[in-house]
Amino acid sequence: MAETSDGPLAARASSKALAHLWMILGVIVVAFPIYYVVIASTHSTQTILRPPLPLLPGAEAYSNYKNAFSGGISKMGGVSLWRLLGNTTLIALGIAIGKIAISMASAYAIVFFRFPLRMVCFWVIFITLMLPIEVRIQPTYKVMVDLGLIDTYPGLILPLIASATATLLFRQFFMTIPHELLEAARVDGAGPWRFFKDILWPLSLTNVAAIFVIQFIYGWTQYLWPLLVTNSNEMNTIVIALKKMISFADADTPWSLVMVTSVLAILPPILVVVFMQRWFVKGLVETEK
Amino acid sequence: MAHILLKELRKSYAGQEVIHGVSMDIADGEFVVIVGPSGCGKSTLLRMVAGLEGITAGTIEIGGRVVNDLEPRDRDIAMVFQNYALYPHMSVRENMAYGLKISKMPKPEIEQRVARAATMLELEPYLDRKPRALSGGQRQRVAMGRALVREPSALLLDEPLSNLDAKLRVQMRLQIKDMHLRTGQTTLYVTHDQVEAMTLADRLIVMNKGIAEQIATPSEVYRTPASEFVAGFIGSPAMNIFTIRAEAGTAILPGGHRLAIAGIPASGEVRLGLRPEDLEVTDADTASIPIDLRSVEHLGADAFGYGVIVGSDILLTLRLPGTSTAQRGDRLNVAPFPGRLHLFSIETGKRI
Ligand SMILES: Nc1ncnc2c1ncn2[C@@H]1O[C@H](COP(=O)(O)OP(=O)(O)O)[C@@H](O)[C@H]1O
Ligand SMILES: [Mg+2]
Repeated sequence: MAETSDGPLAARASSKALAHLWMILGVIVVAFPIYYVVIASTHSTQTILRPPLPLLPGAEAYSNYKNAFSGGISKMGGVSLWRLLGNTTLIALGIAIGKIAISMASAYAIVFFRFPLRMVCFWVIFITLMLPIEVRIQPTYKVMVDLGLIDTYPGLILPLIASATATLLFRQFFMTIPHELLEAARVDGAGPWRFFKDILWPLSLTNVAAIFVIQFIYGWTQYLWPLLVTNSNEMNTIVIALKKMISFADADTPWSLVMVTSVLAILPPILVVVFMQRWFVKGLVETEK
Repeated sequence: MAHILLKELRKSYAGQEVIHGVSMDIADGEFVVIVGPSGCGKSTLLRMVAGLEGITAGTIEIGGRVVNDLEPRDRDIAMVFQNYALYPHMSVRENMAYGLKISKMPKPEIEQRVARAATMLELEPYLDRKPRALSGGQRQRVAMGRALVREPSALLLDEPLSNLDAKLRVQMRLQIKDMHLRTGQTTLYVTHDQVEAMTLADRLIVMNKGIAEQIATPSEVYRTPASEFVAGFIGSPAMNIFTIRAEAGTAILPGGHRLAIAGIPASGEVRLGLRPEDLEVTDADTASIPIDLRSVEHLGADAFGYGVIVGSDILLTLRLPGTSTAQRGDRLNVAPFPGRLHLFSIETGKRI
């Protein structure tokens, strides 16, 4: 509908332009801070601190990034940028994969098996939806201390992997699988494990991708729990390190390094979204059956 | 290939009995069709044989072995589902091979069997396609193929043709019949379509509300229906059935017409069944039923007349020759062929 005539079509074209303008505005509002972070990471700290904010890339990009990777950051926190990125990746992956494993297993049990208290289990899981980690943080912390999991990867990952949301999503998806498919598999001789591996898992892949993206970002951006459960800098995530780099006095903060670290903190989630976008959207929109 | 024995099978859902004791002895290689109206328990019965539904009471034997507590995979059966239930992410080849792969059959043999089934079902060009890229008829054939490659003791089919259009249904019906003749597989086939039932079956189970009303060959079911339900369900157009009164050995029809009927009780009321093709137009005399024609449908070779018995509101369907000139408003006298009448008890509905 790209005609340029009078009447309703013209009106539609102008309202379309207005809509676009509005969306572009929205994108600018959302994207500008990110744009500024990227720009700032290419300027020296002095330039960043001196108003007005430069809006074009500066000349310090190479030296800033080189400095960040070759010890500038370890000088402050005692751990290298690589270590921080590694920690965060490990935790985000652990949380995403762990959540998928646990929520798929529980959804599988709830949907495909008949056992006593099945619906009770479902409701118990459902109710925990309403409890964010902050609510159960004190007892969880105690458990982690008792288990000696402070300052360990399991301590960082385990409390975060039970997910009512993902369980619910998988349950909804599993319930759309035609019952006959399960019966056909039973007649073909597939037991519960084979049915899961050969049929349910391949059919769930797009959903898995969508949930992976969401949970990877959730894990990547965790702040409160890693802050609590880690004492040594060695176990810091990039988000925690970022916080620690910022001191109260503006002048004491190496803003150029902070900006570089911010860019590096933003990048992996963006990459995950970009690379898994096709699957992600498919998983949210369609169910392939 | 095996002989299947159903003994007093019962099924209840939450205390509600839906199958009320069905017994049948199915010979090796026999093609048995379970037919009945929707909701009468056909699928439930079939699924009990398959092992997909538990058995509340009774026993099922397949090949001389009681299978009541066996999983479907241990019963040596294969099943074709109404909506085919193909695995959407697997190619046609993988769909057919899946059961064999699970049973750890050597690869070359799997390939051989799949190839043979694909040839028989004309599926070779589609072996690498996903079900999504197939037409309804092709999907149906894949479902058949998936069941056939297993070479099971018993083949179970639940309304396998009901999702196809009329033309394809006829074609697949012939193919199923042909395949049965070739493989000689013991087959249990569920349908609500009496044409499928009559043409495919060696024997029929006519079900009604969870009861097997009659178990017999198609021609027996047609000629000597065991109950009023069977009489009304099998045959198209349906049998004319109405109540008559017996008086000293003669029948008083609605409208007061008298008719001599052999085998009628001395007195009381019974139900009389007359197939449309068992009524003959005669000259007016005492041994006939006068009817006023309401309409005539010409189908070419045949015509069907619809009329009411004079003096009543009982509608009769009768078959007329295609050349008949009878028309709406005519009064005809029709007489039943002797020996082609059906009498049913009013109380039990059973054949007298
Ligand atoms: N899982 C179930 N729970 C309760 N009732 C059922 C269930 N499955 C079938 N029924 C009942 O059993 C009867 C027979 O069903 P079914 O065998 O599917 O009929 P058909 O295949 O002849 O149409 C129906 O009245 C149906 O409502
Ligand atoms: Mg059914």
